[in-house]
Amino acid sequence: MGATVSTLAYLAASVLFILALRGLSHPETSRQGNVFGMVGMAIAIVATLFRPGMSGGGVALVLLGLAAGGAGGYVIAQRIQMTALPQLVAAFHSLVGMAAVFVAAAALYAPESFGIGTRGHVKTASLVEMSLGLAIGAVTFSGSVIAFLKLDGRMSGAPILFRNQHLLNLGLGILLLLLVIGFVGSGSEALFWLIALLSFALGFLLIIPIGGADMPVVVSMLNSYSGWAAAGIGFTVGNLLLIITGALVGASGAILSYIMCKGMNRSIVNVLLGGFGTEGGAA
Amino acid sequence: AAEPFLYLLTIFLLACFVGYYVVWNVTPALHSPLMAVTNAISSVIVVGAILATGLATSWVAVVFGFLATVLAAVNIFGGFLVTRRMLAMFKRKG
Repeated sequence: MGATVSTLAYLAASVLFILALRGLSHPETSRQGNVFGMVGMAIAIVATLFRPGMSGGGVALVLLGLAAGGAGGYVIAQRIQMTALPQLVAAFHSLVGMAAVFVAAAALYAPESFGIGTRGHVKTASLVEMSLGLAIGAVTFSGSVIAFLKLDGRMSGAPILFRNQHLLNLGLGILLLLLVIGFVGSGSEALFWLIALLSFALGFLLIIPIGGADMPVVVSMLNSYSGWAAAGIGFTVGNLLLIITGALVGASGAILSYIMCKGMNRSIVNVLLGGFGTEGGAA
Repeated sequence: AAEPFLYLLTIFLLACFVGYYVVWNVTPALHSPLMAVTNAISSVIVVGAILATGLATSWVAVVFGFLATVLAAVNIFGGFLVTRRMLAMFKRKG
């Protein structure tokens, strides 16, 4: 399949994803929306498998991975209690975040496959995009794990607060920025993993002060992050479908969090800064 | 290399606007299913994972690509199925 055909298939998949989001906004069209989403994803996968340059062994490995992961996901989603669905969505988010980290790593170790340079000499612009996908993906991973633990009751829903918490987060945020600048300047593989570790820590620290009652908004916000991570990876590997879908998910997730906050008469800034579950828990 | 980037950036920004407008009028009861389908769609990262696995020139990258493919596949099948189960619940109530 030529590049034109795969680009057209990506266009079809993008349109189907838009229709899926639109469909899920109304009760009458919701089921149809879900089907649009599934068809879009199937088209995206098949079109990618037939892209020029894919190795036979690689395709076999991908099919194996899809079958193994798909069977696992199907069984988990089928067996889980209805009441546990929200935390399952949170757990699934963490997988997307981790997948983004792995794809960023693959691009770093084999930049030739994406035409963004050679190992150790990746283009500067690609390093910027890669570090965005990496950092956001890693924050999504650890943040979603905490959201899952809180929703599942394995961790107390009470906010975990300590002195100078926001100051610490700000400091770590600045440190992360410095690491990214260092990484973009050097392309160092060690700095790549330091960024990953610091982002994991940051995702953890950003979510622990948020109360259990606010978790649905947080899950939606993490959803948005997973979209931005996918878009960052899309820019890194030069893939239009990842960019479009990442932007769609990122923007719609952010809007949905905003709408949910408004529904609870809360300001999104207050929810994200955290600490409010204490009042809710005591009342 | 500035031109392809600007072209991608244009598409990115337009897609942001589409995402922004498409969910504005969501029925409150559908918040959870919409979140679930958005989660399922975010597993489009599988495209990057497949490319990393199939195009990679080093075994390290193949391993990372394969792991990413497995994780994304869990989310694809699980995500759409969770959405379907939520919608089924929604219909019975309504």
